[in-house]
Amino acid sequence: MAIKKVRPHISPNEALLFERSSPGKKAYQLPDLDVPAVDPITALGVANVRKEIEGFPEVSEVEAIRHFTRLSTWNYAIDHGMYPLGSCTMKYNPRVNELVARTEGLAWAHPYQPESLSQGAMQVMAALESALLEITGMDAVTLQPAAGAHGELTGILLIRALLEHQGNPRKKILIPDSAHGTNPATAAIAGYVVENIRSDEHGLLDLAALEQSVDEDVAGLMVTNPNTLGVFESRIIEAAEVLHRKGALLYMDGANMNALVGIARPGDFGVDVMHLNLHKTFSTPHGGGGPGGGPVAVKKHLEPYLPVPRLKRVDGHLAFDYNRPCSIGKVKAFYGNFGVLLRALAYILAHGGNGLRNATMDAVLNANYIRKKLEPFFDLPYTLPNMHEVVFSDDRQARLGVRTGDIAKRLIDYGFHPYTVSFPLIVHGAMMIEPTETEGKLELDLFIDAMISIAKEIETEPQTVKTAPHSTRTSRVDEVKAARKPVLKWTPASP
Amino acid sequence: MLEVCGVRSPEELFAHLPEAVRLKRPLALAPGVSEYEIVDYFRKRGDETANGYASFLGAGVYAHYRPVLVDTVVARGEFLTSYTPYQAEISQGTLTTIFEFQTMICQLTGMDLANASMYDGSTAVAEAALMAARFTSKGGLLVARTVHPEYREVLKTYAKNQGMPITEFGYDPETAQADLDDLERKLNDLTAAVIVQSPNFFGVVEDVSRVTEMAHKRGALAIMGFTEAVSLGILEPPAADIVAGELQSFAISPSYGGPYAGIIATREKFARQMPGRLVGETTDTHGHRAFCLTLATREQHIRREKATSNICTNQALIALMATVFMSVYGKQGLRELAEQNLAKAHYLAGKLKPRFSGPFFNEFVVSAPNPEQINAALLEKKIIGGLPLGRFYPELTDAMLLCATEMSKRAHMDRLAEAF
Repeated sequence: MAIKKVRPHISPNEALLFERSSPGKKAYQLPDLDVPAVDPITALGVANVRKEIEGFPEVSEVEAIRHFTRLSTWNYAIDHGMYPLGSCTMKYNPRVNELVARTEGLAWAHPYQPESLSQGAMQVMAALESALLEITGMDAVTLQPAAGAHGELTGILLIRALLEHQGNPRKKILIPDSAHGTNPATAAIAGYVVENIRSDEHGLLDLAALEQSVDEDVAGLMVTNPNTLGVFESRIIEAAEVLHRKGALLYMDGANMNALVGIARPGDFGVDVMHLNLHKTFSTPHGGGGPGGGPVAVKKHLEPYLPVPRLKRVDGHLAFDYNRPCSIGKVKAFYGNFGVLLRALAYILAHGGNGLRNATMDAVLNANYIRKKLEPFFDLPYTLPNMHEVVFSDDRQARLGVRTGDIAKRLIDYGFHPYTVSFPLIVHGAMMIEPTETEGKLELDLFIDAMISIAKEIETEPQTVKTAPHSTRTSRVDEVKAARKPVLKWTPASP
Repeated sequence: MLEVCGVRSPEELFAHLPEAVRLKRPLALAPGVSEYEIVDYFRKRGDETANGYASFLGAGVYAHYRPVLVDTVVARGEFLTSYTPYQAEISQGTLTTIFEFQTMICQLTGMDLANASMYDGSTAVAEAALMAARFTSKGGLLVARTVHPEYREVLKTYAKNQGMPITEFGYDPETAQADLDDLERKLNDLTAAVIVQSPNFFGVVEDVSRVTEMAHKRGALAIMGFTEAVSLGILEPPAADIVAGELQSFAISPSYGGPYAGIIATREKFARQMPGRLVGETTDTHGHRAFCLTLATREQHIRREKATSNICTNQALIALMATVFMSVYGKQGLRELAEQNLAKAHYLAGKLKPRFSGPFFNEFVVSAPNPEQINAALLEKKIIGGLPLGRFYPELTDAMLLCATEMSKRAHMDRLAEAF
């Protein structure tokens, strides 16, 4: 065993803020009031005024900054190194995007300030809209949804609105068994029954099964392309035709768009509606679980149903149009996660058309390189050419009692964040690896070395892998205990 | 690398794509630009907005001072560039801050548990309504017209396909509080939830306890929404079953409408109906305290179509901003901040005479025969006035909603008052 990338260093302990607090400490200072103080009880009524907020923190500024800095060191992040979570597209988050998001006139823009004083912000949105249309080949886009799953919901509601307008919203949404869990959850919230369709022996959409499933009750098919195996659905145009013949629509989950930008456009292969994840393909930071951005792009026939308001140009100015009688309404207050939209636009501006295409090619090259290097050591159940990610199975290692989750934890000791574990469900013991274009050969080789080294450890000392990680300040956590008797907030220890 | 892959150029890796799907031309986007040009582009866009104006807009988005520590913390790559903390051993930083966030939201709202965040206040209220429907196995929603109009719009979108009819109830034209007689008339045994907001859209504090009692009598749950989180520093925690609101006031830039962070907090007995992520305390194999995502069987990646919600990515980094804000202000500071807001708004109101008599926090409605005209005159003085209400309330075309916060300067307020 040779761990090349890391060696341990000290990690500070840190109590919870509440345990650090003591009465009277403070980290703030407000200016003196320039107006008379008001007695809360007189202004609000005695019943409306609270007593002190029991347990709320009381710390000094130094304690606060140390607290959060110490906690931050307990995290792994892209800034530390490769983060090969499949389907999550953990690419570098350019820092200039953070800077420009804090531009005074944009960061402090109030959504209800006059449109005449919002043109700069609206231009940012308009510029992003037109770039996303060119990238996707679609006809119209809404920037309102806050994340991928929110975009899915918007997209399915659009399908529903169109079908309702035609007289029958229909009952079912078809979803391949390789789909992300948000797809079925979304369909259910949009009021549809979910029908799963099995993938074929190559892990692709089974066209024959699709043909059989599509009837007058089917509103649409939700498909991820490239799918969760990282394989392009080569018969997507035929699938769209099957659906369209029966009046159903094709929804594309754009989670894996990082494999297609500049190479192929969903609008050119039969997709009626799709979402993009700005926090994947367009480099906006994941931030430990959000915020995201989930724009939804549609073909012309769905445009009347898009959420309000729509950006439009009037006499050379941008304006919001609320007069859209067919619209599904609003999916979120205001206009979307503007700060995220702005970062995505900065990414697109930095890359330009060629740069975006090059990023796609690098991402696909990186995934293929990993595949070739690791194929001798891990089983690859689906062998069609892959694009931006590759999915191995733990079958070979499982025979020695070591599972995908164990290998993932052992990767941590080697200085890497694990890949996506046990997903997609159609691969037994899945190990789903997506390097993105961010990684150069040096980092990729370290990762490949780590995976090969772990494969060898499994043959000689499987116990080391099964009990990993060994070098983290926190060893394996007891998730069963957490769920059995949930402790979801801090409470003072009883005296 | 190409050699290892057995190709001569990266293009060959795409050779398996059907001819018909391929884009046969370069993307029609401008060539890439340098960092300097990007900064310059956005600086120009920023100059084409309301830079340098004093503003009295609230209506769900508030201008509060953002302590420097907030951006210092969220700019750390360890928080900024990490994923959802599924791998607990190397995500304890994020997990611990979420646990602290959940705790502080419970302390503020008086609830038993709070989730890790929702997209924003509007979707939080909608998801809270879905929670209530699941728990009560009923569908009717009674929503006060004093709830933020855009929140009500979002609720409609969410409820429409769930068999959840929405009925609105009015407000008292004297106080601008929800009309409880109207509520009483409209409540029935099919009501799943009564939804109010406090302070409401007009800035007025609602009698949430009374609403909750009325809802409970008919087997419905009471949901309290909020848009101005600073008010929680001074207002009695609500007696509701579910609290769903927006934390934008906690050091989150207005940013033209987002990203913000919503929350849902509730009582223990509704825990299994909670949407979104929850962090729980546990131990590691050495017996050290540790945190992890928990009760995941509610969530989409396990339950799929039977999940409590489809939410996946939420607003973690924005919730961290709020966490740092709450830590910086703390117990004393949040109270003092709330008192300053109260004082500023009441100073302004003293000059203008509010239209409604209900108790208000930092927003109030004033009558103005032609609000647009007043606003236009104010713009000349580099002041953005209040929100004309006719857009959302046809009966209030002669009124505007004004907001003052700790950042409102007396001189600006005096100048604003002169325009009326």
